[in-house]
Amino acid sequence: MILTGKVWKYGDDVDTDVIIPARYLNTSVPEELAKHCMEDIDETFATNVKSGDIIVAEDNFGCGSSREHAPIAIKASGVSLIIANTFARIFYRNSINVGLPILECAEAVEDIKAGDELEVNIETGVIKNLTKNNEYQANGFPEFMKEIIDAGGLVNYARENWGKK
Amino acid sequence: MSMTMVEKIIAAHAGKEKVKPGDLVAVDLDLVLGNDVTTPMAVNEFKKIGFNDVYDKNRIAIVPDHFAPNKDIKSAEQCKIIREFSYEKEIKNYFEIGEMGIEHCLLPEKGLVLPGDIIIGADSHTCTYGAFGALATGIGSTDMAVGMATGKAWMKVPETIKFTYTGKLNKWVGGKDLILYTIGDIGVDGALYKAMEFTGEVVDNLSMAGRMTMSNMAIEAGGKCGLIEPDETTFEYIKDIAQRDYKVYKSDKDAKYVKCYEYDVSKIEPQVAFPHLPENTRGISEVGDIKIDQVVIGSCTNGRLEDLRLAAEVLKGKKKAKHIRLIVFPGTQKIYLDAVKEGIIETLINAGAAVSTPTCGPCLGGHMGVLAKGERAVSTTNRNFVGRMGHPESEVYLANPAVAAASAIMGKIAGPEEVM
Repeated sequence: MILTGKVWKYGDDVDTDVIIPARYLNTSVPEELAKHCMEDIDETFATNVKSGDIIVAEDNFGCGSSREHAPIAIKASGVSLIIANTFARIFYRNSINVGLPILECAEAVEDIKAGDELEVNIETGVIKNLTKNNEYQANGFPEFMKEIIDAGGLVNYARENWGKK
Repeated sequence: MSMTMVEKIIAAHAGKEKVKPGDLVAVDLDLVLGNDVTTPMAVNEFKKIGFNDVYDKNRIAIVPDHFAPNKDIKSAEQCKIIREFSYEKEIKNYFEIGEMGIEHCLLPEKGLVLPGDIIIGADSHTCTYGAFGALATGIGSTDMAVGMATGKAWMKVPETIKFTYTGKLNKWVGGKDLILYTIGDIGVDGALYKAMEFTGEVVDNLSMAGRMTMSNMAIEAGGKCGLIEPDETTFEYIKDIAQRDYKVYKSDKDAKYVKCYEYDVSKIEPQVAFPHLPENTRGISEVGDIKIDQVVIGSCTNGRLEDLRLAAEVLKGKKKAKHIRLIVFPGTQKIYLDAVKEGIIETLINAGAAVSTPTCGPCLGGHMGVLAKGERAVSTTNRNFVGRMGHPESEVYLANPAVAAASAIMGKIAGPEEVM
């Protein structure tokens, strides 16, 4: 799958409390969560983000809470992909489980600026920066995780593989 | 071949002789946990899986504790979803208001978390149960749903980092200070994707409450879990309450650690984590003059009887500063009642504290103590991210219950020595 979009750039330790503040966790409706996505660090995000846009961040993206509302808010806001140096582990799991593509690529994070246009091949991990005419290679997923992604998320995988007792 | 505690627990639950860091395996779960924020989403996913029943009615725990007692209509609807699901699926360990508590204080008290277990919880502080020598880790709602349906989860075997604490603890220094100091040293991603193992004579001498405080904040260093080897203290805690048989796993003497840290605790004073990350720690003597508006004592980190006892020791016969809102929330009904019987609650109320029924409310800016723009709180909770306890321009300083109590008296961040 090829994804294209404009970059929103953030720094280290973007935590789940700023991705979706707890005051909005009294609902699980994706569209409602998306309205408040990132608002405590970037008030412009929720109103200006376009379908397909890409978040690029530095270390430890998604640290903090286990709230699946975080990747869901990002996905529902229209973001097609997150690229970071590293992801916090629960956020990493949750993203795979809900089908939000994520890639780890320090080389890309260092070079990409806010507003750059990217074209990304999720299967190969090749990230093209159309604005700068540069190309970067992201780390691939282990085979086991690919199976979950290919199944369309953990729910489908579990139904097929961990079926009835 | 030698293995660490975590590797042994995973191998046993994956039906394998041996696992090594990096292996991806499916494991059998001993307990699956969720709360009122994460479970409604899990209930939705559970329905998509298409199973009628949960894998084991006795091995699921559902606790409405975050926005409960219901803070608004939307929260009431969320709690209703999980209540109805729990009754329909005959979940044994659903805890209604009046019997509930903050999940990570409550489940140990009920004998539901035991040595050698693998526990997943749709709450990041599930790692608390590492204090019992269990592999307990936070996951999201989808993992919870699949766990409830199949009793399984996928796991990557983590590398283990060993933390050894030796020396004599200073007065007013406890589990909270040890873990804050450690996070200050290694950073909020210092244990990313890894298991933390806490060991040494200091940990051996900690109570279960102090151990749970340490394991609770493993996630604040990015850790998957934070384990402590079970010993007499552990067995004494669970001997009359354990709901199941359990098995003890210990790291081999020659087990491989990816890194080892050693701390001489005699050099550690009470710690304060400055906004907006738990790694921004300083010793109490280096804090300076920081005026505050609110003090919160409680939570899954420091809401146990020992924590309240410590706060009462500092506040006995004294008053909070006039402008301070001092909010105390015991972790469970049992802790609350024990604190009443011991006279702790009377001491706290006489000092000017508002004492709340158990809830996670103030810790995550949900209800019962939300901060306004520009306000500052000293809190015994676990996170001080931007907007964590309220307005994005409010500030949270993390500390132990004795520092929090002293700060309430002084109206600024202060150590217990300043008021005793």
